[in-house]
Parts: sequence; structure tokens; C-alpha cells
Amino acid sequence: MSDATLDMPVGGTAQRAGNEPLVAADGTPLKQKLAQTTRRMKLRALMLTMPLVLFVLIAFVAPIGDMLFRSLYNPTGSNVVPAFAEAIQQWDGQDLPSEETVKIFVEDLAKARRSREIGRTVGNLATRLNYELPGYRSLVTKTARRAARITEGPYKEALFAIDKRWEERIVWTTLQRITKDYTLAFYLAATDRKYDADGSIVQADELYRIYVPILWKTIWVSALITALCFIIAYPVSYLLSTLPLRISNLLMILVLLPFWTSLLVRTSAWIAMLQTEGVVNNIFVYLGIITDESRIQMIYNLQGTIIAMVHILLPFMILPLYSVMKTIPPSYMRAARSMGASGTYAFMRVYFPQTVPGIAAGTLLVFILAIGYYITPALVGGNDGLLISNLIADHIKKTLNWSLGAALGTILLVVVLVFYWLYNKLVGVDNLKFG
Amino acid sequence: MKLKNMLLGTVFGAAVAFGATAAMADGHAKELTVVSWGGAYTKSQVEAYHKPFIEETGIQIKSEDYNGGIAEIKAQVEAGNVTWDIVDVELSDAVRACDEGLIEPLDPSILPAGADGTPAQEDFLEGTLHECAVANIVWSTIFSYDTTKITGDVPTTMADFFNTEKWPGKRGLRKGAKVNLEFALIADGVPAAEVYDVLATPEGVDRAFAKLDTIKDDVVWWEAGAQPPQLLADGEVLMTTAYNGRIFNAVAGEGKPFEIVWDGQVWDLDLWVIPKGAKNKEAAMEFLKFSTATEQLAAQASYISYGPARKSSAPLVGKFHNADIDMGPQMPTAPENLTNAVQNNFEFWADNADQLNERFNAWLAG
Repeated sequence: MSDATLDMPVGGTAQRAGNEPLVAADGTPLKQKLAQTTRRMKLRALMLTMPLVLFVLIAFVAPIGDMLFRSLYNPTGSNVVPAFAEAIQQWDGQDLPSEETVKIFVEDLAKARRSREIGRTVGNLATRLNYELPGYRSLVTKTARRAARITEGPYKEALFAIDKRWEERIVWTTLQRITKDYTLAFYLAATDRKYDADGSIVQADELYRIYVPILWKTIWVSALITALCFIIAYPVSYLLSTLPLRISNLLMILVLLPFWTSLLVRTSAWIAMLQTEGVVNNIFVYLGIITDESRIQMIYNLQGTIIAMVHILLPFMILPLYSVMKTIPPSYMRAARSMGASGTYAFMRVYFPQTVPGIAAGTLLVFILAIGYYITPALVGGNDGLLISNLIADHIKKTLNWSLGAALGTILLVVVLVFYWLYNKLVGVDNLKFG
Repeated sequence: MKLKNMLLGTVFGAAVAFGATAAMADGHAKELTVVSWGGAYTKSQVEAYHKPFIEETGIQIKSEDYNGGIAEIKAQVEAGNVTWDIVDVELSDAVRACDEGLIEPLDPSILPAGADGTPAQEDFLEGTLHECAVANIVWSTIFSYDTTKITGDVPTTMADFFNTEKWPGKRGLRKGAKVNLEFALIADGVPAAEVYDVLATPEGVDRAFAKLDTIKDDVVWWEAGAQPPQLLADGEVLMTTAYNGRIFNAVAGEGKPFEIVWDGQVWDLDLWVIPKGAKNKEAAMEFLKFSTATEQLAAQASYISYGPARKSSAPLVGKFHNADIDMGPQMPTAPENLTNAVQNNFEFWADNADQLNERFNAWLAG
């Protein structure tokens, strides 16, 4: 605008008179000019937020979208045996597929056998079938090795001769299902269920149920950690907020120092403290509380996971509590007491309600962080201290069943959102106060 | 203006630095990355394969360790950034990786003939040449104990390993279903030859888990091959399963008082595979041909007690490299060690590993 003012003819302002609309230096009406300028400023503001928007899109929305997609979309079947994938959909699921369909299957297998392209090999189809019918992997690879030699019918008989499992209807119903690109099978597996021969959904065998129990365990362990953090943090925060600033700052550093220390260092420190040859056990033995033979197993189990995680997540509870308590004037409590309320009554009716926003923020933070925690359980969880995120990592890194990993990840995300919604209903997100 | 200059400077500096790293990477292109299982085993390969190979070809070798499985190969191939050139894998993993197109097909006719002139295809033991992999050694999982801790009545059978009443104390086992289920069945009285027939039935799997249940509370789980000798030495466990070569080297190389029990051993192959799209494929092929030649396989056997995959290497196997110990009787394939032995059934594990590991994890967490 300053440029415009400079260019303005000297007499410009003197010309203004009567009902003529106000004009800017370049002659456009002032209203229009203003709209133009605000638009430009809005655009500039938008441009300034673009890096953040892009970052969120690339680093957050896209990966989560990809995860959701992968958990439902698995084109392995139609990639490996494309012609069969179309033909088998005509089958009504009774008896066995027609001779013609089986012929297409044999031809497709022979073709796929020559493929070395990732995602289109016989091995990929075999692995995909094996996810839903454990133990049937070699049925596909073995048959594919001989498929090229089957040049004339009857094709069904030829398959039966290779392996009599081809006579089982469930093999064909499963093949029919996995040659569709979109599937719910991974969500079923993630909730300990599966399809039977007729395509109905049934519970997995009891010995193979693993994900639902672990999910429940993750939820209650996170709730327990949150409760423990609250019980420890509340008095500490109260102390911090009421002590003179000089002392409370010193104590605050004791809270913040571990907060700034690397997660790995703190977890390893707990290993050094709690292991059977560790500091705590040594002290117990020295004091004669336990004998050298009966050292207590305190880490590499669920107990170790809980202890280490409570310690690591504690600052996330203390900091919001402290910042809220700091704003509560001590005169409120004194007023309540002076009007005859007992100490407990004044605390419950006057002090505690004012700390609720801090409690809300602290518990939400700790619970959500705990439910997806990975490193600490992986390091100190042993066998029974593992949580759902460790199983997800296992499927991404070891078994390579990325679709199942994605389905489990999506379920975890939904669980967190449900808890957030519940929380909003109970406490109200507007009541949160992080400080 | 100042900010602009600074920005320009940073961008320029970054570009130069980036260019420099790229140039350096080019300069090192002739470095072959060989991936194996670490510890005493990798050391035996460095002595028998890497050092003579570097001397002969001038190609530098970078040695990396891993704990088995095809996850890393798959991740590298699918991301199109293959940093491993040649990898030492177990048979069931080689078969699966080959089926899924993750590794290069290999033509056995390119392999050199044996030192005695036998063509490679006849010289290699049966089942050691695969369409995508070439075996170098035969190795075994056995169990072992410390002779200073167990005196008097010593364990001699797989059933003794599971007998925590007679020999109370912790047991070391590899974390996973493979081999442990075989051991459990053998300990439960299943003859070695029938192990996989029994394991193929749901009742057989139940039976194996029931047997593992009897020692579950006493088990310390290990993952890397170097761990079990350490667990024994530290007194963390009374007995442990282990790869036979690791125990042998702790005894022969470090004078540890360990004893190997061969009853119920489960033997397997280790094979070289070349990941698809390996950056130094040519050099990797050269290394593969070089390391699986008669002399190299025989030389490796003097550094660790794993049997060479070539028949022509057997007569050349002598003594341990720095002690007066005949290597022959230390091999998993020595006749006296094979009286009650199982060969790992790669097809069974390629088929059932996912499901059984899932059950194993559920069992472990429960």
C-alpha cells in the first residue's frame, strides 16, 4: 500500500467530495481494494501453513491411509493367476469347480511358475493361501512345479494325482475368496476368527487365539499404568505447586531431567536395577530379605514392563497437573476452611474439581501413549509383558504378513479413537488443559 | 538479502556434500557385502573364504551379521534398495525366498568341479544344490551342558534335557517353534524317523507343546547363535540347545568345559543366496563359486565343526586350526553322531512355520 500512496497524484485527496465512493490511490473503490488486500493476506497466510499441511499429509495422512488400504486390499491372487481369478467367480461353491475352470487354473499356474516378478510368483500365491489355510503352502508350489507337464485333460484327475488335497472343497472356496482383491480376511485373523469351508465366519481354534486377548491386555495394562501414574503424580504436583519457587524449581528439574533423557537409556537403567543380578536384588540379598538362590524375577515380564513404563510416562502426568494446580489460588482453600469445611471436605469440593482439567489432560496423554508403546515392552517385556504393538512389529518385520499387521494397526487406531470419543463424552475435550 | 544468501549457501553446501557422498559410494562399489550369522561361524568364513578371496581378486568384503529369516531380504528387494550381495540362509528360507522371486536363480553348472575332477552336480551331497541356492555346510542343533556343573550322572538323551526333576535348573532354547517341537517329540519317545509324520497331525503338535509345557517355567530363550555358549558360561542355564559349531569352538578355542549331546540332533543346511537386484551380482557370483570350491569348504571345517557340502572336501578335513583335535568326529554327519538324528524337513517348515510360530507366541504369552 505504501507504494500506492507514493504514486498518488498530489491533488488526489482533494478531489474527494459528495456521494462518490471512497477510492484508493489507483482509482479502485476502497471496499474492493480492501477485499483484494485481505484476500492476498489470507493467501499468504495459507502459503505459510503449506509446509505444515504438506508435512501432515505426507507423514501422517498418507501412511495411515496406506495402512487402511493394505489391510483390505491384497491383489496377490489375481496378480498370480489372473484368468483363473475371473473364471472361479462363476463357481457356485457346490462340489468342485468345472473342468474348464481347473484347466485355466493349471495353465495360469504353469505361466506363473516362470514369473520372477515380485508379487506375481507362485510363492506369493502359496503364501497368501497359507495365511488362510495353514499347511497348504507346498500344495501350490508342488503343483506349480508339475503344472507345465499337464497338457491335456482330465485336469481335475491330474491335480488329484499330484495331491489328494485338491479334492477338498475348502481349498477351492479359499482360492475363490483370495482371488478377489478386497478382503476382510485380515480383520478376521486380527480378531481371532476365520472362514470355514462354506465361507461362514467362525472362531479360531482356542490354542490359536492370540490377538483379542493381547488387545484386552494392552488396554488394561495401559489403564493400570495411567492409574499408577495418577496416584504418584497427584501428590508430587501438589507439592511442586505449593512449595516456594526456589525449591519447587529444583524439584522440577528432577522431574524434567529424566524426561529429557533418552528412552533407551532409561529403559536400560531399569534393566540394570531390576535384573536378577541387579541392584535391587543385590540390596535385598545383602539385607537378608531374600537368599541368594531365591532372587526375584522383576524384569523381562509384565511387572517389569509396568514399572518401566510408569516411570517413563510419569512426566506426562505431572506436567499438566502442575500447570493447572499452579493457577489455583491458595486463598480458595483458606476461604472454605474459614467457613467451617473440614480439610477433606474442602479438598473434595473446592480444590479437586479445579484440578480436573489437568487430570483429564494427563490421563488422556498417558493412556494414549501407553496403548501404542513399543520399545519398552520389546526390551523388558520378556514373554508375558508384550503388548499389541510388539505383535504388529512382528508381522511387519518377521512374518512379513503386512496385511495382518495393517489390520491390527487399524484396530488399534480405532480403539484409541473410541476411547477418545468416550473421554470427550465423559470429561469434554474442551476441559483439557495441558498447561 | 542476508537470509537469501544464507539459504543459497546452505542449499549449495548440501548439494556439494550430497554429491561427495554419492561419489564416495561409487568409489566403494567394488565392496562386496556378505551377510552371515555372526560370532564363531562368521569368523570361520572370514578365515576360509573372505581372506583368500580378497587376496585373489582384490575385491573388498564387508561382513554383516543377522539372525536368519527372509524378512530383511524381502524388505530390501521390495524397496528396490538391495544392500546385501550374498546371504547365508537356512534351507526352508531359501526355498521360500526362491518361490517368491526374492533371490536370483543359480545354474549349478557354473560351479567348479571338485578337486578330484568330479563335476559339481555329482560332487555336492544330495539335496544341497537348489535352483536358487548353493549349500556350503551341514550344521546341527544339539544340546550341551557344562561338565563342571553336572557331575556324576550326566544327561545322554534328549529326554534328559526335559528331565528337570533329576537335573533341576534353567534350560536354554531358541525362541521359536522350529526345532523345539522336534526336540519335544523326541524327548517324548517319538523315534527320530517318525518325528515329522507325528508333527503333521494336530495331535502331534499338541503332544509337542504339552512336552514343552513341562519345562516352560525353566526356559531362558535365546535368539542369536552366539548366546547359548555365553548362557552356559555365565551359569544362567544348566543345559542349552545350541548350534553344534558354537559349542565346539567354545571348547576347542576357549577351553570351556562343555559337552555336546548328539542324541536327537536336528541337522540342516546353510546355503548361499543372492538377493534379486544385488548391486554387485557379478562379484557375488565369483564369491559363491570361490567359497564353495573343495579347498575352501575343507578349510572352513578346520575353523568350526560344520560339515562341508562337497564329498571331495571330506578327505581334506583335518584338525582344528590351533589345537590337536580331529574335526571328523565333531561333524554332525559323523556316523556315530547320526544314530538318533533328524534332518530338518524344509517343506514342513515352509508350510507350517507361520501357523506354528503363531501358536508358539500364544503359548509363550499365556
